Amino acid sequence: MSTHTAPRTRTAARNRTWSKTALGVLFTAVMLFPVYWMVNVSLTRDQNMRKSTPDLVPVHGTLEGYRLVLHQQLPYLGTSLVIGLGSVVLTVALAAPAGYALAKLRPRGGGLLGFLMLVAQMIPGIIMAMGFYATYLSLGFLDSVPGLIIADSTLAVPFAVLIFTAFMSGIPRELLQAAQIDGAGPIRTFWSIVLPMSRNAVVTVSLFAFLWSWSDFVFASTLDNGGAHQPITLGIYHYIGNNNQQWNAIMATAVVASIPAALILVLAQRYVAAGVATGAVKD
Amino acid sequence: MNERSQLAEASSGPTRRGAAATAPSPGTPRTAGPPRKSRSQQWAAWGFLAPVVLYLAAFYAYPLYRNVDLSLRNYTVRSFVQGDAPFTGLQNYSTVVHDPTFWPALLHTVIFTAVSLLFQYSIGLALAVFFTRHFPLSGTLRALFLVPWLLPLIVSASTWSWMLNSDSGVVNAALHAVGIGQVDWLTSPTWTLVSVTVANIWIGVPFNLVVLYSGLQSIPDTLYEAAALDGANAWQRFRHITFPLLRPVSAITLLLGLVYTLKVFDIIWIMTKGGPSDSSTTFATWSYKLGFGNLLPQFGPGAAVGNLLVLIALAFGLVYIRAQKKQAGS
Repeated sequence: MSTHTAPRTRTAARNRTWSKTALGVLFTAVMLFPVYWMVNVSLTRDQNMRKSTPDLVPVHGTLEGYRLVLHQQLPYLGTSLVIGLGSVVLTVALAAPAGYALAKLRPRGGGLLGFLMLVAQMIPGIIMAMGFYATYLSLGFLDSVPGLIIADSTLAVPFAVLIFTAFMSGIPRELLQAAQIDGAGPIRTFWSIVLPMSRNAVVTVSLFAFLWSWSDFVFASTLDNGGAHQPITLGIYHYIGNNNQQWNAIMATAVVASIPAALILVLAQRYVAAGVATGAVKD
Repeated sequence: MNERSQLAEASSGPTRRGAAATAPSPGTPRTAGPPRKSRSQQWAAWGFLAPVVLYLAAFYAYPLYRNVDLSLRNYTVRSFVQGDAPFTGLQNYSTVVHDPTFWPALLHTVIFTAVSLLFQYSIGLALAVFFTRHFPLSGTLRALFLVPWLLPLIVSASTWSWMLNSDSGVVNAALHAVGIGQVDWLTSPTWTLVSVTVANIWIGVPFNLVVLYSGLQSIPDTLYEAAALDGANAWQRFRHITFPLLRPVSAITLLLGLVYTLKVFDIIWIMTKGGPSDSSTTFATWSYKLGFGNLLPQFGPGAAVGNLLVLIALAFGLVYIRAQKKQAGS
C-alpha cells in the first residue's frame, strides 16, 4: 500500500519499505521472545539458573538438559507419537466419508448435522473430560492408550468434517456423474475419485488432528493420570511438579515437545493458514 | 475466512434445498428414474454418515449426558464406582452458587475473557493491518507469528511460569534493571490473574492476526486508492474503510475468541492452579479442581460448574453461528 502516496524518489520508497521490514522484525522478535527464552534456559547450566540477572545468551551452554530428556522422556514422546497418529487415522476415517456425504450426496437432515458439528466444537474440554472419566471408569477404559486416542480425536472430528465438507463441495459434479455413468457406485466414486482429489484437505485435517492430540493436556491429566504409558504433556507436567530445580531439563523437554509444531510450520505452513481461515478452532 | 466459510455455507445450502426437493418423492412416485435414484442416494449418504453419527452419539452426546447426570446426583467416590448415587435434583447447583468461590470465579472468568479478547483483537488487528503492506520478508515474519499458537499449551505455560518466576525470572530481572522491585507474578493474589491473562493474550494474538488478515484481503484496493485520491490520510482510511468493512469478520473473530477463551483451562492450571486462594480461579479451573484437583473428588458440584460453563459457551456459540450465517447470506 506504499504505492498510494506517490514516492518522491526511488530510494526514499526503498528506505520506507526496509524500515517496515525492520519494524516487522522487531515485532516478531518481541512476540517470539518467550520461545527464544525457552531455548536459552534449556541450554543454561544449573549453577547459572538462579543468577539474579539471567544470561541473555547461553555463553556457558550445556546439553545436560537434553541428555536428561533422552534419558527420561523418550517413552513419553513415543506414547504421544502413537496417540497422535492413532487420532489422525481415526479422525480421517470418520470425517472424510461424512464430508463426502454432506458435500455431494444431499442427505436429509444434513444441515442439522453440520450445525451439530459447529456446536460440538464449543463444548469445553473439561466438561468432555468429566463425562469421559465417568464413562471410562465404568468400562475399565481409564489409563489406556486407545481410550486416550478416542478422547483426543473428539478435539478434531467436528472440525475435520467441516473442512472435508467445504473442500469436497468444490469438486466438480460432472466428474462424479461421469464416474457414475461408467458404472461406479458411491463407494467406488469416493475411494477412487473424491478421496485422491481431496489430498490437501486430508493433509490439513491430519496436521491439526496430530497437533491437537500431541498438545492435549486436559484428557491426558484426567483419563491417563496413573497409566503406564503417558504422553509428553504429562511428562512435562510431572517434571515441573517433581524437580523444579532443573529448569534446563524442563525447558529442554518443552523444546523437544515443540518439534512437531516447528516441523509443521516449516513444511506445511500453507495448510495451517488454510485451516485457521476455514473458521478454525483452538482449545 | 470469508470465502472459506462461505464455501462451507454454500455446501450446506444446496444440501438443505436438496433435502426439501426430495422430501415429497417417497409419497409420490411419479417417474421411475429420479426418485428411486435419490432414495438409493439417501441410503448411500447415510451409510457414509453412519460412523460419524454413531461416534457423535457415543463420544459427545453420551459424555455430555453423563455430565448432566453427575450434576443431578449426590455422588461420593463409592457411589461413583457403583453407580447408585441418589437423585438430588438441583442440589449441586445450589451448593455451587452459594459456595464462597462462586462470585470470585465468575468475576475472574469475565475479566480474564474480556481483557484477553480486547488485547488479542486489537494487537491482532494492528498487526494484520501492518502486514497488508507487503514489504520484504512480510510473508516469513507473518508465518513466524503463528508459533505461539502452534506450541502445546503446556510448553507455553511452563515457559511463562519460568519467565515470571519471582527470584530468577527474566521479567523481574528486566524490571530490576529499570529500578522496579520484585513482583510476585505467580504467588501474590494481586498479580496471578494479570499473569495468566498476559500469557493467554500472547497465545491468542496469532489466531486473531490470521483471521483478520484474511478478512483484510477481501477489501478491494480500489477503495483505498479512491480515498487516497480524495486526500484521506492513513488513519482516516482505517477509520472509514477498513474498520467498517471488517466489521462482520471482526464480529466472528471476537465471538469465536470468546467461546475459546471461556474454555481456557490448561494455561491457568499449569501456571497457578487457580491460586493462591482462588485469586486466578475461573469456572474452567474450578470445575477441574472440584472433580480432579482434590484427594476427595466432588464430581457432582464439579459437573454442575462445568454445565454452567457449557450453557454460557453455547449461548455465545449460537450468537456466533447466527452471525456467520448472516455474513454468508449477505
